[in-house]
Amino acid sequence: MIARLTEGLTPRALALLGLLLAAALAAPLFAGDYLLTVLILIFYFAYTGQAWNIMMGFAGQLSLGHALYVGLGAYAAASLFVHFGIAPWLGLIVAAPLAALAGAFIGYLAFRFRVGGVYFAILTIAVCEFARVGFDHLGWTNGSSGLFLPVKQFSGNDLWHLRGQPVMFYYLLLTATIAALVGCRLLLTSRIGYFWLAIREDEEAARAVGIDTFRYKMLAVVISAAMTSFAGVIYAFYYNNLFPEQVFHISRSVEIILAPIVGGVGTLFGPIVGAFILTGLAETLTSALNAVGVDIPGAKQVFYGVCLLSVIVVLPDGVWPWLSQRLGLKGRGS
Amino acid sequence: MSALLSVDNVSKRFRGLVAVDRLGFEVPEGCIYAVIGPNGAGKTTLFNMIAGVYSPDGGSIIFDGERIEGLPPDRICRRGIGRTFQIVRPFPALTVEDNVVVGALLHRHDVTEARTNAREVLRRLDLYDKRGQRASSLTLPDRKRLEVARALATGPKLLLLDEVMAGLRPTETDRMVSILKALNVETGLTILLIEHVMRAVMALASQILVMHHGAEIAQGMPADIVRDPAVIHSYLGAEDI
Repeated sequence: MIARLTEGLTPRALALLGLLLAAALAAPLFAGDYLLTVLILIFYFAYTGQAWNIMMGFAGQLSLGHALYVGLGAYAAASLFVHFGIAPWLGLIVAAPLAALAGAFIGYLAFRFRVGGVYFAILTIAVCEFARVGFDHLGWTNGSSGLFLPVKQFSGNDLWHLRGQPVMFYYLLLTATIAALVGCRLLLTSRIGYFWLAIREDEEAARAVGIDTFRYKMLAVVISAAMTSFAGVIYAFYYNNLFPEQVFHISRSVEIILAPIVGGVGTLFGPIVGAFILTGLAETLTSALNAVGVDIPGAKQVFYGVCLLSVIVVLPDGVWPWLSQRLGLKGRGS
Repeated sequence: MSALLSVDNVSKRFRGLVAVDRLGFEVPEGCIYAVIGPNGAGKTTLFNMIAGVYSPDGGSIIFDGERIEGLPPDRICRRGIGRTFQIVRPFPALTVEDNVVVGALLHRHDVTEARTNAREVLRRLDLYDKRGQRASSLTLPDRKRLEVARALATGPKLLLLDEVMAGLRPTETDRMVSILKALNVETGLTILLIEHVMRAVMALASQILVMHHGAEIAQGMPADIVRDPAVIHSYLGAEDI
């Protein structure tokens, strides 16, 4: 397994990876509160982007409703915690299958009835919107008034109940991002990965070489949805409040897909690089503007727009393929 | 020799048009069988019924002792029928080797094993030196051979080739012919080809079926077919063979 992970990576790439990992591990020692929250956001988008990338980048299925899986994960774990005191890790046992089931539902509808391309994307939006309206009226989760997790001043870090300082969430998301990266690399270099790429490239040709495309597309949706739900669990316990209008909002879904698009759809490092560029630079921009006493509402959104436009025009394959070439790193899918 | 594939009384209609009309023939195991005919004769429709793209309106298709008509394309392939596309459809962003690895993974679970197999197939198809290139960067003759390689990697008992010679220059046609011949002789692979290029058909096929307007007009050995008045009238015409 280790051999498969490092296969095709140059010593230079491995050294760079080690260096980045060390920097990420040591970051909380040097980062202030503000920088830490920015880093938390970055890894949140790197992780969710990685999960979304399985569907779009590997299997070629465009989901514009990934907020659904974040929301389901968040609501499942949070309400079990609020109502029954069930720890989020146990809640995840409910949250992940629930999100996977929702993904399977969308996948079944679409793939059974050959709904593809933009129509598939619209279906993912529609189901997410249903969830938003549904949760608005769901009494058990307090409807549109929002679900709140009990908050008190935490002295220590309770990892089991996810009650604690931002630094705990930072390491949690960092671990999740690394696990997702490793998992995606293993998937991509396995039989499933090859079949996904074949489906992405040409579905009819994929069927002609014997690939059960329905089954493998379903696998992509289910894995992606379950992975995304974990980000939802962290979201709920980090922010301590949930509103259907926020978590299920379409802008949440769009946010998730920005990092992999900027970084490079279908690449393993694309989501991480994209998250650093978008969130990192946007926050830098905001604080730089604040520092010089300029407060422009919406500056971040404009920045996102400019970033996306320039990537689409200058680097249509994303930043990572270009960057990895510049750094002299080679290797399939890395 | 028993029949590996037998098509019996098969028909396909598209609205009012009868594309294939009660057609029947048998492909013996280990042979190279060619289907020829003018454009619009229903060759590709026939091909697509065998490959599972269309299900026939009537008749039966028996492969390796089992009925396969109406099965989806992926299941047909898993039963042992590999196919190529008339208009080539490689996986463009994947390397030549990875294209073939996808095929080789059908009956193998280990990627390393599949890669070893893919390389053997690539050597056979004269593509080994180009294995690291993106499929999208290949020239047409190379893409045509890549189609065959990918289909071959799935380990078929029967290989369906849909006009693999179309668009090739004579030297490339000869190259493809010798590759296919070697495959047939060395591995005993049964090949069913739909072809316009008579030069290739005459060099390869041991039996020929001639279609016109969806129906059979002749069936037999190549030497007899080219002398058949009906075939000369409807298809070969004054073409010099």
